[in-house]
Amino acid sequence: MPDTVEEQSLDNALSIRRATTDHLKHVTDLDARITGKSKPEYWQDIFERYASRRVDQRFFLVAEPGDGTADTGILGLIAGEVRGWEFGSEPCGWIFAVSVDPDYRQQGIGEALFEAMVDEFRKAGIPKVRTMVRRQNPLHMSFFRSEGMVAGPYIQLEMNLEEG
Amino acid sequence: MQKSSRLAIYALIELASNPDRQISAAEIGAKYRVSAHHLAKVLLTLGRAGLVQSIRGVGGGYTFTGNAKRLTLLEIISLFEDTSTKCKLSDPSKATNEEWVLFDVSKEINDITMSTYSSISIATLLKQVERRKNSKTSKKDMAPAQF
Repeated sequence: MPDTVEEQSLDNALSIRRATTDHLKHVTDLDARITGKSKPEYWQDIFERYASRRVDQRFFLVAEPGDGTADTGILGLIAGEVRGWEFGSEPCGWIFAVSVDPDYRQQGIGEALFEAMVDEFRKAGIPKVRTMVRRQNPLHMSFFRSEGMVAGPYIQLEMNLEEG
Repeated sequence: MQKSSRLAIYALIELASNPDRQISAAEIGAKYRVSAHHLAKVLLTLGRAGLVQSIRGVGGGYTFTGNAKRLTLLEIISLFEDTSTKCKLSDPSKATNEEWVLFDVSKEINDITMSTYSSISIATLLKQVERRKNSKTSKKDMAPAQF
């Protein structure tokens, strides 16, 4: 079931655009607030790889309040890329990060980010989008389900290497 | 999934997609080709859980009183069948390795099933129904004209 949080109302319009290095601090701060762990090096690396290189197949988008011109922080982010031929798969879009400010959830920001990402994949000629979520994370599971995503043809397997 | 759970989900979809109408068990039963008697029993359980309300009398019927965005399939199914993932070995202290290995396989499958049920709300199902309707319509539009 989704987190129950005190929600703030999103009075103004929402602007979704590609992230720039100006957003790095906001992205790091939002992630730290949600996960309780600050990872500046990780996000710096993601920015270098996803916000500036192969930008026709890699997409790092942020949602900002209003027209996005004021430096007021971000309301959410989504990151994904086109990957091909791994595990025998035709090229498809992968979403590997999505976050919305907990104070502004349930207002369509996640959905707007998801749709913007799907549009980018469509423009890149990609007909399929995939992601991976923790089974025990009902918030993410419910979100992607509500956007129409269903179980795909792959199943993730793993093995604990510390056991015999 | 047991029949009662399926009927409950059909009934809730029907009621949640028609929030302004009172719908009778007979009407829902006719649509899904099931007995109104069985459906009435299912609706009684849903009523006790606070998910539907029945209005008696002429023009009476049932209305949805739950929260479509929050109500998951797992919560509905749990009203009619045991969905607990507790150990089902008859006597865990005496279970053999073979029994534990088969138990682990069953648990793996059960965990996936339960997390899937818990991630799908009635609102998500309604959206899927709409998408299916639209995809059927667009396929019809694309079909060559029949002469």
